[in-house]
Amino acid sequence: MSDTPLIDARGIVRHFGHVQALQGADFSVGRGEIVGLVGDNGAGKSTLIRILSGTDRPDDGAIFVNGQEVHFGGPQDARAVGIETVYQDLALAPDLDAAANVFLGRELLKPGLLGRLGVLDNSRMVQQTGEAMVRLGVTIRPSAEVFTLSGGQRQSAAVARAAMWATSAILMDEPTANLGVKQTKGVLDLIRRVRDAGTAVVIISHNLPQILEITDRIVILRLGRSVGQVAASAACVDDLIRAMMSGVLRRQAT
Amino acid sequence: MSGPSEPFGGLEPTTGLRSEERSVASTLGRLRNIFRGQSAALFVVLVVLAVFFSALRPDAFPKIANVMNMATNASILIVLAVGSTFVILTGGIDLSINGVLVFSGVIAAMSMAAVGGDNPGVLLVGLVCGVGAGMVWGGMNGFLVAKARIPALIVTLGTMGMSLGLALLFTRGVDISDVPDSLVLTVGSGRMGGIPILVIITAVVFIIGTLVLRFTRFGRYTYAVGSSPEACRRVSIDVTAHLIKVYMLAGMLSGLAGYLSLARFATTTLSGHLTDNLQVIAGVVIGGTSLFGGSGGMMGTLIGVIIPVMLLDGFVVLGLPPFWQQIAVGAVLIGAVYFDQLRRELRSR
Repeated sequence: MSDTPLIDARGIVRHFGHVQALQGADFSVGRGEIVGLVGDNGAGKSTLIRILSGTDRPDDGAIFVNGQEVHFGGPQDARAVGIETVYQDLALAPDLDAAANVFLGRELLKPGLLGRLGVLDNSRMVQQTGEAMVRLGVTIRPSAEVFTLSGGQRQSAAVARAAMWATSAILMDEPTANLGVKQTKGVLDLIRRVRDAGTAVVIISHNLPQILEITDRIVILRLGRSVGQVAASAACVDDLIRAMMSGVLRRQAT
Repeated sequence: MSGPSEPFGGLEPTTGLRSEERSVASTLGRLRNIFRGQSAALFVVLVVLAVFFSALRPDAFPKIANVMNMATNASILIVLAVGSTFVILTGGIDLSINGVLVFSGVIAAMSMAAVGGDNPGVLLVGLVCGVGAGMVWGGMNGFLVAKARIPALIVTLGTMGMSLGLALLFTRGVDISDVPDSLVLTVGSGRMGGIPILVIITAVVFIIGTLVLRFTRFGRYTYAVGSSPEACRRVSIDVTAHLIKVYMLAGMLSGLAGYLSLARFATTTLSGHLTDNLQVIAGVVIGGTSLFGGSGGMMGTLIGVIIPVMLLDGFVVLGLPPFWQQIAVGAVLIGAVYFDQLRRELRSR
């Protein structure tokens, strides 16, 4: 990306007591780009994602979104600038239908007096959810309760929810964990469609072959620092493992 | 060769929804519909019971007077059950409703006696004080459950004892029977178009409760908080505030029930509501609302409360020992919870 990155995090520091989770990590992602975030356990991937999604605050460092410095006081602040997060546990309410989950916390109310009484506009929410599902190629009925969906469908619903609201970026923690091969393929296709629509995507995964397959660029974290980045097309699993373990990556043009 | 299975991830954009999954999903969906049909099934049970008792005692059971009697007996329980449905949907429980009912009745009676006289203004004072007292207890329940994170079972067991104890302390253990006549004659035993006013008030409360639960954001959050508090927190829904509101609502309705009880019995009935909480919870659970929260509804609650009332009335009309009612309701309650657990196991597959 030649112009300003969509999200640019610089020198992020975060410690919990004596544990240095992040010691000056740099990370950026551009519009229409899928970036993988890899590293050994304890490298600081999840902490970085939590900071970018507003659920945790850095002790030092700066985050820029579209060139503007931002300070997230909570996830609602990150969402306000169009950053959505898909958590590993998906954070769906199983008893509610897909549309209710998509609009959870952002319910549409009926116009006029009924709306002021808190009356939901269910038909509009179902309709908009249906349109988004079609746009993203997700075959889930908006009126289907989440507990009736398969694992892959739930994952797709969570990604679709994020995609529907993300005006700038989606952060995903292990988006295909616990999924079968076919379901994984479906979710990866969905992620590509989200990227092609111009949204930036950040993926954390332990599945290195998958990271190589889906991402455009990979950032390697080691002991709380970003030790390198590489174009996915120019790397192999061994390169990534070496970088994760030793912090040395044979430099690639990105 | 001409197999219809298309290569996955081809031109057709789809997401992990293979035909076998689709059939699994639809089987689950069908099972769910059967189980969700619990309130429909309950309605059938209700009708069968009504037909059964009517057939055995056509001269007594299906008479208007008897039906109105049953409706009156169910009314105060239904007011309580509307609040408890909200609480149980969040995955909580409120055992304090009968204590709060008695406490609110005492506060209403004392405040009306303090103002003195017998006019609509005095009745309004009693209503506001009674409902207000209930709201305070509900707020305390909600705060202790949601903020202090003490299990609801313990919090409301504690406040049940406290509210009952305070009611006894305030009255020195003697029922207050100084209740304005107009309250007893209108709300307590009055009728409008042949229907007891108590029943009309209950119907209004039930309808409002149903509408709020089904069609408003408050109702949606009640289901959502019970279904997955974590999912709510992630989307910045204030789970603590919502829980406090739900317990306050239950407290307010207990306060209203206390006022209605005062009107109906013309006295504070200090020891007359000892098992109301258990009857109400049994009704809500029999009605299909899950003790784990997240699923259920008002219609089931209505039928779940009415069935035990009808059983009792039917046994009395038939001349059977009414103790059979307790036995039958206990068995149905256990069956209903077992049913709910089966349903949950099915969906977690």
